[in-house]
Amino acid sequence: MLRLPSFTYRQPRSVREAVAAKTDAGADGMYVAGGTDLYPNMKRRHQEPRTVISLMGIRELTGCEMRDAGCVVGANTSLTDLAAHPAIRRKYSAVAHAAELVSTPLLRNMGTLGGNLCLDTRCNYYNQTYEWRKAIDFCMKKDGAICWVAPSSPRCWAVSSSDVAPVAVAIGAEFLLVGPGGERVVPAARLYQNDGINYLAKHPDEILVEVRLPPPDGWDAVYRKLRRRGSFDFPVLGVAAWVRWDGDVVADARIVLGGVASQPLEVPEAGAALRGEHLSDERIAAAAESAYRPAKPLDNTDFDLSWRKQMTRVYVKGALDELRNRRGR
Amino acid sequence: MWVKTGVKRDGAITAMHFRSLLDGGAYGSYGVASTYYTGALQTVTYHIPRYKFQGARAFTNKPPCGPKRGHGTPQPRFALEVHLDKIAEQLGLDPAELRLRHLVPPDSVTANYLRVGSIGLGDCIRKVVDGSGWKDRFRKLPFGQGVGLACSSYLTGAGLPVYWNDMPHSGVQLKCDRGGGVTVFCGSTEIGQGSDSVLAIIVAEVLGLDPFDVAVVAADTDLTPVDLGSYSSRVTLMTGNAAIQAAERARDILARYAGERLGVSAVRVRFADGRVCDAADPTRAISFAEAVQLAEAAQGTVGTMGSYTPPRSPASGRYRGAGVGPSPAYSYSAAVAEVVVEPDTGIVRVPRIWIAHDVGRCINAAAVIGQIEGSVYMGLGEALMEEMPYRANRHVVHKVPSLLEYKSPTTLEMCDVVTYIVEHPDPNGPFGAKEAGQGPLLPVMPAVANAVYDAVGVRVDEVPITPEKVLKALKRKAKGEPPRYGPTSFPAIPWPEPTYVPPPWEDVDTMATASRHR
Repeated sequence: MLRLPSFTYRQPRSVREAVAAKTDAGADGMYVAGGTDLYPNMKRRHQEPRTVISLMGIRELTGCEMRDAGCVVGANTSLTDLAAHPAIRRKYSAVAHAAELVSTPLLRNMGTLGGNLCLDTRCNYYNQTYEWRKAIDFCMKKDGAICWVAPSSPRCWAVSSSDVAPVAVAIGAEFLLVGPGGERVVPAARLYQNDGINYLAKHPDEILVEVRLPPPDGWDAVYRKLRRRGSFDFPVLGVAAWVRWDGDVVADARIVLGGVASQPLEVPEAGAALRGEHLSDERIAAAAESAYRPAKPLDNTDFDLSWRKQMTRVYVKGALDELRNRRGR
Repeated sequence: MWVKTGVKRDGAITAMHFRSLLDGGAYGSYGVASTYYTGALQTVTYHIPRYKFQGARAFTNKPPCGPKRGHGTPQPRFALEVHLDKIAEQLGLDPAELRLRHLVPPDSVTANYLRVGSIGLGDCIRKVVDGSGWKDRFRKLPFGQGVGLACSSYLTGAGLPVYWNDMPHSGVQLKCDRGGGVTVFCGSTEIGQGSDSVLAIIVAEVLGLDPFDVAVVAADTDLTPVDLGSYSSRVTLMTGNAAIQAAERARDILARYAGERLGVSAVRVRFADGRVCDAADPTRAISFAEAVQLAEAAQGTVGTMGSYTPPRSPASGRYRGAGVGPSPAYSYSAAVAEVVVEPDTGIVRVPRIWIAHDVGRCINAAAVIGQIEGSVYMGLGEALMEEMPYRANRHVVHKVPSLLEYKSPTTLEMCDVVTYIVEHPDPNGPFGAKEAGQGPLLPVMPAVANAVYDAVGVRVDEVPITPEKVLKALKRKAKGEPPRYGPTSFPAIPWPEPTYVPPPWEDVDTMATASRHR
């Protein structure tokens, strides 16, 4: 049986208290929300915080509010609540859909929006027990110096496995971060970096407080997830597709891929292939082709990597077909 | 697996040559027995007049392994049933029809000297063919949808014990107390399969009691006689037969004294509804408790014993490995799987499986149906996703040593199951009962593989049938290459000289014992 190591648990009541607790704890401290990612990882000694600071008692981090400038969702909103929220379902169906596709009902009840957006990157050389990792010698993401999936690589290739993050990037959400130095707002795309270890451009002391969704006017978005089973599994490919409509013409478009890089990967060429055009079969095929080329899955998730790459084309096409059909209704 | 079969135009098999090679890991474990099992049971479904088997097990740098459900038979059965599907297509025959025409006859001895008692496979095939609408659907569904059929058989308990000795495989002791209670003591182990219920139901049936009035004490070496264990699909048959013997001995004792009280001979005494009565006039009766009291007053406490040893197999001593395969009785299953295959992804979904299982006699229907449905679930996982991959370049560590990454179907992947229980009682089974714990798993994987072929015209000749394999085969098909994914050759192995044993119908010495043969 894998057991949690011992640690000090803190339950601050406000963001300010939490940041102060984290400052006290220093590099040995970590924030936790639902714990569905951190605790299993701690059992396998991926993260070894001496102080765990729970954000679950902080009222400021809850709630979902429609404003003129869009919707503001507290980072502690559970994935279950997010997926079931009437306004989110109606106006941000891609967000609700992505949240609904995360893991299992039990884990969605505990897991939070903020947690999914900050999900640790995954790799099947890394998400193993301490003993297994030790047996083959540790990798650079934890305790070692090499990337086993790409041994000559200077960087870690663990995979961004969030379902909501690609959608947040595609629709142009913004994140409010609060840290010891005050608060800042960053566009979703800027939170992520294509590095399996330093995958977040967030200082460890900063708390993701809220997610600001843009006003739901004139655009539409969908999310498609590829995984082995209809429940439980992390995405081996996620496709978030966003279009801003000008009548029946695509004024702007973004295609963002999950599960194929260490960050949600926007494919600008795919968006460009659609811009100023009707969503015709040819344009959809061109966008799918553009998305296929930069998708470079490695052999560190479920399924064969070449098949996963081929699926990019199929899933981007499926997402764009869905957007077109919705426009047609 | 490698299989070569001679067939006539009508699908009759003239001979079969079967080879298997097992990756056994670094330890011996059950290796020899498992290897023999991959060759044993091919012969008990369709008549095979001549049969040759070569099996080998390789030591590799992998962890220890052992048999699971179906011990060494899911692999050859997959090969055989997919192979038959290909033969049927080449001959222009319906695969269901081909199988129905050439079933092993009941009460016969196979080429490798396995004695088959009852065989309900024909009824199993007819059930799933009718239930699934096979004739209207096979080779008639639109591209991307298909149905596939496969059959199987499994032994009801190994004929030889895991611990070689001359003692019984199962023992039962039975105690009747003067209050009318009956307690049955047996070493058999209830692992959720229902063995306790089988003991209670069988004893109750013989003594005319309600099963809830029978107390079961099981699997306690302080209290119970030995039963060899819950493996090999042996418990219902072996402890069941031992329980019948013990219960019948108790019944004989009680019948004598009850008969004296009722003024009739013991043979006229019947046990039913908790009463002991005169068969000629059931209104003349005493309670079961009274019967026990009479017996106890006359001869002391009433306790009996029963035990069971399987019959000696005609295969015994004839060839190396002849100890593997013989069984008192063989169960039979047939399944039709319905699949939907997405041609652009290769993803296979299974909406429904129809499965019929010849359990001989169904003693506990809920338990039997549970075993069948559970088998379908397990079979789906084996067919579509479960796999033990290793990192060849990283000291051969297991690639996915966790239940998050070792994929089994969730409720979302589980198909609808239509179950048919077929009962062809076997003379060797308790009330005719045969096994249900392992056999129903076996047809599921080949049925899915055959259905994939019906759906998109490609063969995936290995499990799991993953989307990448289906897609690769579809691409080969599109390029005009053989539409297949799977092993392309069988390794060269320095086989020893084969042992030649004439089949029963060619061996003068055994002509007399092989009762009905072709």
